[in-house]
Amino acid sequence: MKIKDIIELLDAENLTPELDLEQELHSACGSDMMSDVLAYVKDQAVLLTGLNNPQVIRTADMMDMLCVVYVRGKRPDALSLKIANEKGICVLTTERALFTCCGILYDNGLRGA
Amino acid sequence: MEPIKFNYTVPGDDFTRAGEASADLKNKLKKMGITGAPVRNISIALYEGEINLAIHAGGGEITALVYPEKVELFLDDNGPGIADINLALQEGYSSATDEVRSLGFGAGMGLPNMKKYADEFHIESQVGEGTHIKMVVNL
Repeated sequence: MKIKDIIELLDAENLTPELDLEQELHSACGSDMMSDVLAYVKDQAVLLTGLNNPQVIRTADMMDMLCVVYVRGKRPDALSLKIANEKGICVLTTERALFTCCGILYDNGLRGA
Repeated sequence: MEPIKFNYTVPGDDFTRAGEASADLKNKLKKMGITGAPVRNISIALYEGEINLAIHAGGGEITALVYPEKVELFLDDNGPGIADINLALQEGYSSATDEVRSLGFGAGMGLPNMKKYADEFHIESQVGEGTHIKMVVNL
């Protein structure tokens, strides 16, 4: 699955349009607790979350993730987007809920740890 | 061989800046040609430590010493200290406030994560005086 596929599947808006949407992704995780992401996630490329602060992007950066999806219509602040652009992390936002997003992506081949 | 040294000051009054030091060190290590699992382990361990400095200790200092075969990380603060280190090292134990939890941390995984991702983990703490942590990640 590519980032452009996630945009289509989740009816998401791309908030970092200058970044590469052709990157291939194989795994994802969904969580609002960044400590859990740091503790249990391995080689996940996508983080889906309803949490909205710069530590979301920092966490994704530390985990070498390629894409962050904000659910339930959350929109990150300017600092988050600045860091994401610097680190090359694609940022998407969707109106759908976390559980629904995870289900759709799983149904289309993305897996967890 | 003399190590390459990096120093960072972590502010205690701006949570949004927590992680800047970890991100900068990660970037520098990559530029030095250090990649893969060791860099991720260093980044996660230091990031958790940096978050702790910001939310528990009122800020602190980070020193990173880069050797050819390992990276040593020192985190020093003059914060409130930890009364029961064994308890603090248990997964799930946290003294964090609801405000910290609302920021996505405070799940009681900070110190356990640091210990998990470092090859060596040493901690000394005195209530009222502060906490000193040394971590070593082998390259």
